[in-house]
Amino acid sequence: MSFLSKERIIAPPGYSRWLIPPAALCVHLCIGQAYAFSVFNLPMTKLLGITKSAPGDWALTELGWIFSIAIFVLGASAAVFGRWVEDGGPRRAMFTAALCWAGGFVISAIGVYIHNIWVVYFGYGFIGGLGLGIGYISPVSTLIKWFPDRPGMATGMAIMGFGGGAFIASPLSVWLMGKFTTPTHIGVPETFLVLGAIYFCFMMVGAAIVRIPAPGWKPAGYVAPAQTKKLVTDKHVYVYDALKTPQFWLIWWVLCLNVTAGIGVLGQASAMSQEMFPGRITAVAAAGFVGLMSLFNMGGRFFWASISDYIGRKNTYFVFFALGTVLYALVPTAGALGSVELFVVCFLIIISMYGGGFATVPAYLKDMFGTRYVGAIHGMLITAWSMAGIFGPVLVNYIRAYNVAHGVAKAQAYNTTMYVMAVLLVIGFICNYFVTAVHERHHMKRGEEAEALT
Amino acid sequence: MQASESSAGNAAKLILAWGFVGIPLAWGVIETVINALKLFQ
Repeated sequence: MSFLSKERIIAPPGYSRWLIPPAALCVHLCIGQAYAFSVFNLPMTKLLGITKSAPGDWALTELGWIFSIAIFVLGASAAVFGRWVEDGGPRRAMFTAALCWAGGFVISAIGVYIHNIWVVYFGYGFIGGLGLGIGYISPVSTLIKWFPDRPGMATGMAIMGFGGGAFIASPLSVWLMGKFTTPTHIGVPETFLVLGAIYFCFMMVGAAIVRIPAPGWKPAGYVAPAQTKKLVTDKHVYVYDALKTPQFWLIWWVLCLNVTAGIGVLGQASAMSQEMFPGRITAVAAAGFVGLMSLFNMGGRFFWASISDYIGRKNTYFVFFALGTVLYALVPTAGALGSVELFVVCFLIIISMYGGGFATVPAYLKDMFGTRYVGAIHGMLITAWSMAGIFGPVLVNYIRAYNVAHGVAKAQAYNTTMYVMAVLLVIGFICNYFVTAVHERHHMKRGEEAEALT
Repeated sequence: MQASESSAGNAAKLILAWGFVGIPLAWGVIETVINALKLFQ
């Protein structure tokens, strides 16, 4: 399989680096489908009963585990395979991600067809989760190497695709299910097969386009700064040495706290808006609000990561934490004033910074640890996302449930949660404050760098 | 002559590649915006 090797994808002279973002988007737009998996939940509760759930049909609680397993495996596989992705190059990683992602859909289609939930857990959750993790980190270090002048913008563009994948997957899945559903059958397995085929082809286009820059390549007219900034190194840190630095763990908490604050409200936005403004925000309007939040989640990834190229990564996270704290603290006031407009504006900005946190972190890692192992280090850091995926929803759901059980009106039941989120962001601000340059004892020596680059 | 052919080739590849990812994304965004407008109705 030499066409997958790193040597075969060194860019020839004249190759345009602007082909790399679409190659990365080919992968991220596909794996971003994960955010839209919930469109299958209700149809999959009626596979036997067709019009309504029958005895033996799957419950929503059982189906919820499919997404949870996939996200857990995403974090674990990004951490475990980060070094392999870095060493093998982006084409091998994208090809493997395409096989896993499409394979996950095929296995899940079989699982749905024979009505065995464990096969679906294995297919979409485990095999698909591997595709998610490997695919997510596959283009990151390549983009950073092609865009040394704008690393934030470049990775922001790719990670924006992960946020945008659901926009395509959601209406496409609904349309496909409609085509394959008959009065006696719900077309979920056929939809899975078609989606698997489409995603495989789309991701393979990305794998075919992607190239790595030739050794020593620089963008035309680009001159590396003669004096590096205090928090931007031109040295490299070996992937496992990065784990021994306080900077890695501080950034781990920075990401974890930023994501925790966003992910909890993202999942509960529809119910929260209706409960805080009963009678004023209907179910239909709440669905529109969720759509608007998804757009800001996607747009924020590109916007904030691009801004970070100008104001610096540390300052960008300072903005997330300071502004986020103020906005979370304002939400109960918006509820008390009955101001839907203030509530919507607060959450749209908050969610843009949630997306921005994901998109800015690869460039933050590149600044701290250099470019050589940034993809693998990023893979390790993704575990913070898995952790936040548990913390965020648990905090929002349990605090609300506790308040309601103790007689707090539903409209005010989220107030405590908002203040807790604000406190989490203050802690994130403090973690970010303590991020300093990595001590030179962690830098790779000249001989090690040359060996690593061969 | 060769340089202009190569730059025309590059431009065509860029249009194809960006169109390949941009068109489905734009379709998805438009669908979402249409649904999101219900918030203001």
